[in-house]
Amino acid sequence: MIKPKKTLKQRNIKDRFMVSLLVLSTVVVLVPLLIIIAYVIINGVSALNWEFFTEELGSPSRAMQGRPTGLIHTMIGTAVVDFLALIISIPVGLGAGIMLSEYPDHKLNPYLRIINDTLNGMPAILKGLLAFALIVKPMGTFSGLSGGFALAFVMIPIIARSTESALMSIPWTIREAGLAIGLPRWRVVMSTIVPAAKTGLVTGFLIAFARAAGEAAPLMFTSFGNNYFPRHWTGMIFGPVDTLPQRLYSLAISPYKEWHAMGWAAGIVLLFFVIAIFFTARLLTRKKVY
Amino acid sequence: MFVNSNFKKKKTKLSENGTSQQQSMNMKEKGLYGSSMIRIETKNLYVKYGTTIGVNNVSVPIYNGNVTALVGPSGCGKTTFLRALNRMHDLSRDAVVTGKVLLDDLNIYDPKVNPVSIRRKIGMVFQKPTPFPTMSIFDNVVAGLKLVGIKDKKFLNEVCEKALIQAALFDEVKDRLNNPGGSLSGGQQQRLSIARALAIEPEVLLMDEPTSSLDPKSTLKIEDLMVELKKNYSIVIVTHNLAQAGRISDYSIFMYLGDMIEFGKTKDMFQNPKDKRTEEYLTGKFG
Repeated sequence: MIKPKKTLKQRNIKDRFMVSLLVLSTVVVLVPLLIIIAYVIINGVSALNWEFFTEELGSPSRAMQGRPTGLIHTMIGTAVVDFLALIISIPVGLGAGIMLSEYPDHKLNPYLRIINDTLNGMPAILKGLLAFALIVKPMGTFSGLSGGFALAFVMIPIIARSTESALMSIPWTIREAGLAIGLPRWRVVMSTIVPAAKTGLVTGFLIAFARAAGEAAPLMFTSFGNNYFPRHWTGMIFGPVDTLPQRLYSLAISPYKEWHAMGWAAGIVLLFFVIAIFFTARLLTRKKVY
Repeated sequence: MFVNSNFKKKKTKLSENGTSQQQSMNMKEKGLYGSSMIRIETKNLYVKYGTTIGVNNVSVPIYNGNVTALVGPSGCGKTTFLRALNRMHDLSRDAVVTGKVLLDDLNIYDPKVNPVSIRRKIGMVFQKPTPFPTMSIFDNVVAGLKLVGIKDKKFLNEVCEKALIQAALFDEVKDRLNNPGGSLSGGQQQRLSIARALAIEPEVLLMDEPTSSLDPKSTLKIEDLMVELKKNYSIVIVTHNLAQAGRISDYSIFMYLGDMIEFGKTKDMFQNPKDKRTEEYLTGKFG
């Protein structure tokens, strides 16, 4: 037997040292997260009551005079804007992801990759500005729709990338098998590769969704915010509408103590909403075929 | 260059030989079903990966109704050559194919030719089983029909049954055709892949070491199948198993380092190899 230079004891000590470094980094990651969650809950839980989930916000006087006030219109607005973002971004992101993964020989592919990565790294507030210029200006009003587009710009590059990696995880041989029985390329992709990558794809949508759901900046000058329910439900799409991250910001910078507490409570709702989405994504990932 | 010109001469000589012998054999010896008709012919076929040459100037005929075996040591270009026969290299950005592959006088590399239609005529079975992961056994077999719009249920059932019987898989799966294709064992999956290739009734079948993942029993079934299939198909098979090549093939192509060293009737080549390298390979001195 060839003996290593160091004794077993020495090597054991080194091994334990390396593992403790790993533990340390894990703690560094986890502690701030737990502190944030605890801090948000401690500060916000006092404002969480029945009215919080049933009433609209109204004017600041409501909260100051102790009249019923809540953020139900914000939660519904968030759902509407996020849903709009989802239906805009999924087809586009999916298409771009398929292009990235399945047509590496296409001449647009390298450009798409650069543009997509740039879009992904672009500050979210600029995406809000883009939606403002494209939709708010021509329409002449802030709207849920423009908010949906702004968030879609956040989601599209993420979906494109996650779609690409989900499709790439399917063995190349499956594509060749499809082509070998005389199927056109798009048919192979749609009927064999995409169904096989389904869970990976949905996980990617959810991660992009969770990421966009927490964005406040793109919504500042698109969906804008609204203290009340619109008079008609279409106002949610074509008029200014409240969303949780942007409402959290507005409440936090307001001069009213009562609203600060509501801001923390909005933080709790948003936090658990996002955690729930990530958790679902985790569950789905476990069931992957590949 | 020297090597290449040598091959050309040899090739023409051999194919003439092959033709005449083939005819006589048809009548006298084994009663082979094949004819002297050339189904596929490659002309000065090159496949290059960047600066690496995978297939170097190969011109060879593939006869109708026969099994042609591609033999040679690992990395000699057998698979690369086989994949050039149904434009499988199209997918790869690195591979460049030059020269001609004539399928009944039609150059399949002609820009006007659609590779999709070529691949329906020239089917392929791969080394590893490749069932479509989300499809049932039935859907896997008829994928090549169903996904191009053939919906006649009765017809699909017939095709599925026929293909599975041909691939010696029907008895094992007839009661669970709706189970996922991935639920089968490795050997069964390979026969499923073969059934899928047969279902579209190609005219030529390319097989890339189809039995390397199979147990001896399944291997035997597949070999029987090939002998049976060559009545209607032309088969080209890549194999590392020389005994297998000897058992089932009528013609053999010996390749080495991308070059075609020798082509001829399997019987002749295995008994009297003309090239020293062929002899050394066949007797196990290298490869």
